[in-house]
Amino acid sequence: MSVTLTESAAKRISSFIEKRGKGVGLRLAVKTSGCSGLAYAIEFADETLPEDLLFESHGVTVLVDPKSHVFLAGTELDFVREGLNEGFKFNNPNVKDSCGCGESFKV
Amino acid sequence: MALLQISEPGLSAAPHQHRLAVGIDLGTTNSLVASVISGSGAVIRDEHDRTLLPSVVRYLADGSIETGHEALAQQSNDALNTIASAKRLMGRGLADVTDIHQIPYRLIDSPGMVSIATAAGAKTPVEVGAEILRTLRLRAEAALGGELTGAVITVPAYFDDAQRQATKDAARLAGLTVLRLLNEPTAAAIAYGLDNGAEGIYAVYDLGGGTFDISILKLSQGIFEVLATNGDSALGGDDFDRAIAGWVSTQLALPALGAHDMQKLLTQARAAKEALSTEPIAHINATLENGSTIDALLPRETFETITAELVARTLKPTRKALRDAKLDVEAVKGVVLVGGSTRMLHIRQAVADYFRQTPLTNVDPDQVVALGAAMQANILAGNRGNDDWLLLDINPLSLGIETMGGLVEKIIPRNASIPVAQAQEFTTFKDGQTAMSFHVLQGERELVADCRSLARFELRGIPPMVAGAARIRVTLQVDADGLLSVSAREQSTGIETSVVVKPSYGLADTQIAQMLQDAYGKADSDMRVRMLREAQVDARRLLDATDAAIHQDGDALLTPDERIVLKQAMHALAEVIETGDADSLPSLKQASEVLNRATQDFAARRMDASIQRALTGHKLAELESRV
Repeated sequence: MSVTLTESAAKRISSFIEKRGKGVGLRLAVKTSGCSGLAYAIEFADETLPEDLLFESHGVTVLVDPKSHVFLAGTELDFVREGLNEGFKFNNPNVKDSCGCGESFKV
Repeated sequence: MALLQISEPGLSAAPHQHRLAVGIDLGTTNSLVASVISGSGAVIRDEHDRTLLPSVVRYLADGSIETGHEALAQQSNDALNTIASAKRLMGRGLADVTDIHQIPYRLIDSPGMVSIATAAGAKTPVEVGAEILRTLRLRAEAALGGELTGAVITVPAYFDDAQRQATKDAARLAGLTVLRLLNEPTAAAIAYGLDNGAEGIYAVYDLGGGTFDISILKLSQGIFEVLATNGDSALGGDDFDRAIAGWVSTQLALPALGAHDMQKLLTQARAAKEALSTEPIAHINATLENGSTIDALLPRETFETITAELVARTLKPTRKALRDAKLDVEAVKGVVLVGGSTRMLHIRQAVADYFRQTPLTNVDPDQVVALGAAMQANILAGNRGNDDWLLLDINPLSLGIETMGGLVEKIIPRNASIPVAQAQEFTTFKDGQTAMSFHVLQGERELVADCRSLARFELRGIPPMVAGAARIRVTLQVDADGLLSVSAREQSTGIETSVVVKPSYGLADTQIAQMLQDAYGKADSDMRVRMLREAQVDARRLLDATDAAIHQDGDALLTPDERIVLKQAMHALAEVIETGDADSLPSLKQASEVLNRATQDFAARRMDASIQRALTGHKLAELESRV
């Protein structure tokens, strides 16, 4: 199962990478921490690691390490505006439960 | 659901997690640990509500270790195994320790660093420092309720690299991750700058237990820049204690005291010194091992007289630092006092007189450094608040350009504060050279092979000129993020090329340390190789020039015999260059000298001939009008 970006997310990420001046793509990961056990991490990627799974979505390379992929398969990353805030949101079919703030989750 | 943002690689913060980070002031006499708790800095207290941890470690024969107040209490009874002021020995060899007769415990010379003989075996100052740091770490973890992400540890501005490295090693031994070593005065400025929103030129006068530092800092828009530092790494509050002890010994005509008695007297002297900051007179009284008692009254005036020389010794580096910063006393907007010793009234008076203003004392001078370090640690650990500020950093290793002979010409020296831009002019080596290749390197060694290569780039389109005529200006610039950009510009045509590199990327602290170690250990051989390579380059240039001259004027101006003599001298020199090993410098110099002498007549004749050519067919008036 692949990991995808919505068009608005891809557009935003491309412009971030361009402004930053370097980077091969976007790394999505899941870390074991936070109040519900797991937490997302979104980082710029400066290099591709040999074990990385690569997904191409609207012109942006998404890098996911195999351990995180278990939790992220089928996920769509969206860029949304909510009131004055804007940011990224994971639409992850694996999530069974998430904490109130949404920063961490359970599968 | 909360919206997420993209982080830099490896920096994404875990949710709901405040990373525990502390600032540690590892002092000569006392140490402190502080942390940012709920947005404001606070010193962490021990279970007895004490803030200061005496930097004292006692080693017992059964292998147990006492630190802090416990150890200090036993100092008089067990002077040989109770190590105080170990910071002075940090990273030092026995030869570096100048005041050895004043140290009450036994020092052992060991490779690299001096060690101290104790009942539990030889201990290095690094191990002693680690015990103090470990005690502070445990105190902080107990108070903050969790494992520490890392610590910022402060060091005197005057600490050299060996001393800084030793401090880092001590932290590692103590189980601490060092986020950064921070200069003590800079930490103090952080504490003051942030708390008071101050801007302008500030002097930080730091008289601790064992070290004196003066720093001139520029604070503007939240940016700290160190303009100059100076100091005396062997002057501090301990010296005032000794002055009092010396005065008591002279007054009471005491015989030479044993280690135990001396310690007792010093403890009393320190108490008297502290008392004199509030009282006009202090009472010194102690019972010696032989049963006799010491009883003396020390009036504040006498104390100020016998220590006037020590106070004066702090003003000399102060003047120097201001001179280095190219500033007058008037330019200094405020003076920050750091260190418990600045509680002494005559110190405050001397500072006030010198700077013609009342020094700032509204942050506890004992805590100000630890608080500043805690604020820095909080930011480095990733707990960014809204008050994002920048601390100007220093360049960890020299940056330079390769020159002929495989040598490195350093352009930005190690420890230069960044951002920084430095330029140097280079020229062509061969006649008609139209391109130049640049090799940017990082390291302290003299040879390219021993430094770390950062980047290579070329400047093309230099107009053909004789060797040495082109002027190529190479500018190295390091911005506040440590990003290095290098540009080269030929001055007459303005053609330019540039490259951007990130210097510290991938270079771990251990590698930096190793590179520095290598540079220190091999300084001598490096210098010899450098001189040899330079001589070789000069010799090659001489050969090229002679060759070109013979080619041009040899037939007209040299007899066959002379030509043979020249050729022989050239062969001899070329051979020395080829076979040239490390010891060939004298023979190389000699061969160059021989060739130089052999070409003297030839050169003179060429000069005559060219003047002849220039003058032939011209009238005197023509020449005069040209002049």
